[in-house]
Amino acid sequence: MTDMLTKPRPIRLKGRSFLALALSPELPFEDWLARLDDLAARSAGFFLRRPVVLDVEGLDIDKAELRGLVDQLKTRNVRIMGIEGARPSLLGSDLPPAMSDGRPASDFTAPDFETPAPEETVKPGVVASNAPLEPLPSTSKPSIIITEPVRSGQSLFFPDGDVTVVGSVASGAEIVAGGSIHIYGTLRGRAMAGTTGNPGARIFCSRLEAELIAIDGFYKTAEDMEPDLRGKTVQIWLEGETIRTGALA
Amino acid sequence: MGKVIVVTSGKGGVGKTTSTAALGAALAQNGEKVVVVDFDVGLRNLDLVMGAERRVVYDFVNVIQGEAKLPQALIRDKRVETLYLLPASQTRDKDNLTPEGVEKVMASLKKAFDWVICDSPAGIERGATLAMRHADIAIVVTNPEVSSVRDSDRIIGLLDSKTLKAEKGERMEKHLLLTRYDPARAERGDMLKVDDVLEILSIPLLGIIPESMDVLRASNIGSPVTLASGDSSPARAYFDAVRRLKGEDLPLVVPGEKRGFFGKFFGRKAA
Repeated sequence: MTDMLTKPRPIRLKGRSFLALALSPELPFEDWLARLDDLAARSAGFFLRRPVVLDVEGLDIDKAELRGLVDQLKTRNVRIMGIEGARPSLLGSDLPPAMSDGRPASDFTAPDFETPAPEETVKPGVVASNAPLEPLPSTSKPSIIITEPVRSGQSLFFPDGDVTVVGSVASGAEIVAGGSIHIYGTLRGRAMAGTTGNPGARIFCSRLEAELIAIDGFYKTAEDMEPDLRGKTVQIWLEGETIRTGALA
Repeated sequence: MGKVIVVTSGKGGVGKTTSTAALGAALAQNGEKVVVVDFDVGLRNLDLVMGAERRVVYDFVNVIQGEAKLPQALIRDKRVETLYLLPASQTRDKDNLTPEGVEKVMASLKKAFDWVICDSPAGIERGATLAMRHADIAIVVTNPEVSSVRDSDRIIGLLDSKTLKAEKGERMEKHLLLTRYDPARAERGDMLKVDDVLEILSIPLLGIIPESMDVLRASNIGSPVTLASGDSSPARAYFDAVRRLKGEDLPLVVPGEKRGFFGKFFGRKAA
């Protein structure tokens, strides 16, 4: 038994950056939660299993109110992994830890407290769940090209720039891009462009049959889309806070 | 070395087991040495469709747990002597299929047979992923309706990521088998069109099996349809599918459509 103590195996601790969604609640919380419920109703499961950080910067609340809000979110299956912009007096051991130095993901850089292994920084943020969707080598501006169909259940997350799919995006598949999304095929699943705060991002597809589209956090579900543009070649862009859809020749 | 085929779909009730039996029998009727393997531990059915339910002594799980040797568990078909069945266990659950055990059994079967056809359970859990894991070729069984097509799409995604072939960076050969195609309903527009299914799934079409009483009758008497009524339309469709599987370039006719259309369809095969 003493052998084990004399040859201790080190515990591996590594610094690593992850991308999380930052949720910025507004006062009064009742109204804000109602709007969140509305979004969740139209886009079921959007927050499910995604890391979410609560940004309470500039909110005049006390500890009980913050705890209440976190509990309210928990009942909606939104699990908060950390709290940003909170005064130390607001946080306790029963609340998620404080997070600081968050920056928009488009300016994402490696953490400076430890130099990560090079391969971890090559493609920050590309998460292709259960799919070997190999991005082709990118040019100077970050973008990826997917040359096969994106299948139901697959999720492509590319916060750094544009995503081009040469093929269709199936019902139940999703593309999340920091920049624009180009689909040379039928868009049947979800496409979310400009997710890192880029209202200028657009979505283009050869045939629109989408379940949900979003640009810079503004959503439209299939029910809200103009029926006469279904099945058409379209582009989708943001005008103020309104999602516009236009046919392409 | 034999080839391993997985017959899979995601959704239940689309015709995986029926197709496994029919394709296995059709290959064996051509003189190939074939074993059909039931991966649906706990809900086995392949033994019934093959008419071997009263001859099961040992099963897949017994072999994996070392309670029986592989040759003891294999059941030889009474009608076609190059056709064998490895039955699943009805009393255990899918946790009894260990990755190592399955790997060993598949390796031995590949050595002894020309074709190893694995009947996958429905779903995307353990049983289904183990059934597809060692496959060289996947046959995706789909009905012409939206839920089946979406589930098949999901399965194709898994075939491209969770199989040994995919992990080695190779491409899994995938074929679409469209089953329970009803010409009358297609006429009325109650079903997805063949074109639409092919466009969504974008894998080559192996065959279209018409909905038919012959299939039901064959299952009830415990015989693959290719053995029970060899000249029925579903049996002929399965025989053609087997010829395409072996690389033959056969024209494809959509049941109920006039001949002459198939040229158009065949052009789509490379999609």
